[in-house]
Amino acid sequence: MIISVLSGKGGTGKTTVATNLARVLDSAAYVDCDVEEPNGFLFLKPALDVRERVSIPVPSISEEKCTACGTCVEWCQFNALAAVNNKVIKFPQLCHGCGLCSLVCPEKAVREVPREIGIIETGTFNHSVFLHGILNTGEPLAVPIIKRLVSGINKITAQHVVIDCPPGSSCSVIAAVENSDCCLLVTEPTPFGLHDLAIAVELIRSMNIPAGVIINKADKQSRMIKDYCTAQDIPVLLEIPFSKSIAAAYSRGEMITENNEVLENSFKSLGIQLEALINESSCYS
Amino acid sequence: MNQVAIVSGKGGTGKTSVCASLVELAGNKVVADCDVEAPNLHLLLNFKELWRRDYYGSKTAVMNRDKCRQCGKCIDVCRFQAIKNFTINELKCEGCAACVYICPEQAIRIEDTVTGETVLSKSGAGLFSHARLKIGADGSGKLVTEVRKNASDNAAEEDLIIIDGSPGIACVVIASITGCNAILIVSEPTLSGEHDLGRVLDLADHFGIRALVCINKYDLNPEMACKIERYCKNRKAEVVGKIPFDRDVGTSISRGIPVINMPESKAGAAIREMWELLTKGGLLNENCHSNGR
Amino acid sequence: MKIAISAEGKDLNSSVDPRFGRCSYIIIADSDSKGFEVYDNPGIQSTQGAGIQAAQFVAKKKAESLITGKVGPNALQILDSAGIKVYNGTGLTAAEVIDCFKDDMLSRVNEPGEAHAGLKYRHGRSQGW
Repeated sequence: MIISVLSGKGGTGKTTVATNLARVLDSAAYVDCDVEEPNGFLFLKPALDVRERVSIPVPSISEEKCTACGTCVEWCQFNALAAVNNKVIKFPQLCHGCGLCSLVCPEKAVREVPREIGIIETGTFNHSVFLHGILNTGEPLAVPIIKRLVSGINKITAQHVVIDCPPGSSCSVIAAVENSDCCLLVTEPTPFGLHDLAIAVELIRSMNIPAGVIINKADKQSRMIKDYCTAQDIPVLLEIPFSKSIAAAYSRGEMITENNEVLENSFKSLGIQLEALINESSCYS
Repeated sequence: MNQVAIVSGKGGTGKTSVCASLVELAGNKVVADCDVEAPNLHLLLNFKELWRRDYYGSKTAVMNRDKCRQCGKCIDVCRFQAIKNFTINELKCEGCAACVYICPEQAIRIEDTVTGETVLSKSGAGLFSHARLKIGADGSGKLVTEVRKNASDNAAEEDLIIIDGSPGIACVVIASITGCNAILIVSEPTLSGEHDLGRVLDLADHFGIRALVCINKYDLNPEMACKIERYCKNRKAEVVGKIPFDRDVGTSISRGIPVINMPESKAGAAIREMWELLTKGGLLNENCHSNGR
Repeated sequence: MKIAISAEGKDLNSSVDPRFGRCSYIIIADSDSKGFEVYDNPGIQSTQGAGIQAAQFVAKKKAESLITGKVGPNALQILDSAGIKVYNGTGLTAAEVIDCFKDDMLSRVNEPGEAHAGLKYRHGRSQGW
């Protein structure tokens, strides 16, 4: 079962949920797709042994062959090429790697060369697979790394895979969630949390993936989240209470399920609840 | 007209709460929510929508099925796996136009796609310009520019425009602050808070915009707050307010009102004091653009 | 001499727009005759690389100098290759900067502002440029 953990906004406890779930489930791999700020390794402390570069193909233009006709500049939709003074200037950071410039060049002057935009590191924690991607500082395109991470999931033999998604609802979240069997939506009991949860719900609905909600820092305000979930027919699977000891453990970089048996058992039961959720939704579809 | 942007280096420093309170204090003024990817200001304002306008935030390929002869060249050329069964998946299409080029039947073209809406609303405090993005859509400097334009086009010359800026220092932030008379940076006394403050100050220097700083939750770490004050002094950025940690802020968010409307709120009182300093000192209305000479 | 000005409005009384890539209008003026033409900035419609579009436009119009506020490194690279000199005219009107330009009173912009390809700072994350 592939479980994606997401949240409408940052700072709700998404990584806490994802890492603890990966820790307590039997045979679960952890994949950190929050490539702009991967934090899961701080908690799972994996031994990382393989490092792979992720690159996208960008144009390299032969000055001998190029006649500066401007055809590639006209076709490039990303403003990654410009023509000035009989010269083509490249802006590789804006390039999406579509390859169109090499296709359209009448002089065959454009060759594609790889440009590194980040890395993927693989390792193990508790005998399970750990995978995360790191986008190089200043790079705008996270999606190619996420796609590579997600495509690597097929090779993982673990029974479960927990994906830690980027926050928000942009295209990088969609790339991370794409092949998941189910989603966990992490939220907080505040109007900001509720607002952003609604956006996450809209996202998983549009992708037709069954989901359950986890309320982090639950307090007496949790009612408003629960009322919303009832109205939307989405189950609240777990409430992590607001407690100083949990916050303190977190700030020390400890796993919140580590010395907390109640919480550990609740996380374990999440696996069963999610399986039920998937079965239920496949009955209807 | 005068414009001030409320910004922060990182998220979660209380930018939106401070912004909502300043909007209330400013009275009949114009406010723009330029935190377009995670807009929350509307949760703290009472407002009624006046109009919505489509926002064209991306380009995608559109196929004319009558012309398509299913040769499959487009599927082969697409590097984003966006075409399946001769249908273009809008969420995957990056609008590169490779399929447009390759199609022998000219059945595909690139079209601007609606990825959200810009909205103009009337709030108790004046006009409110904001935006709503669709699922899977990204914000951009273009959207921020449009939200600000909707605000300035509908503001009178004497109005003050208050902008809730994006966190960070990238494209959207630059689009939020250019042309402002001043920016108010909401900082917090943490290590990352100090670090991020420096980067926002660099940005303000670059654009020749007056930088004002308020330290939120300063009493959570008074030592660090002092350090930030000294740092601001060195950087010639004026600290205009120190807001204490106050549980009323959380309560006010839950009630959907600005914290200054909570009776006896310590944070509210500090924000009021800051507002007096800003207005009496004329910090928001003088033109402090560095001119070119 | 032909100069380009990034402007907030459509005439010479409008202020210099401190944004280059996303300025509202581009005024192409003759510094001697003060005759001018005004164009919509083609960069404003771009979701990425707005400055690149605007710079190519200015180069295509054969302007020899550009008066604006901040120019990103991508746009500056194009302007440099085209031999266009960039001056800072923030806080002045288009008419004023033309006079200042003739009197050689404007400061050159040599250092680029920040490049910001797309949106990199979401939800309170911090990272390099």
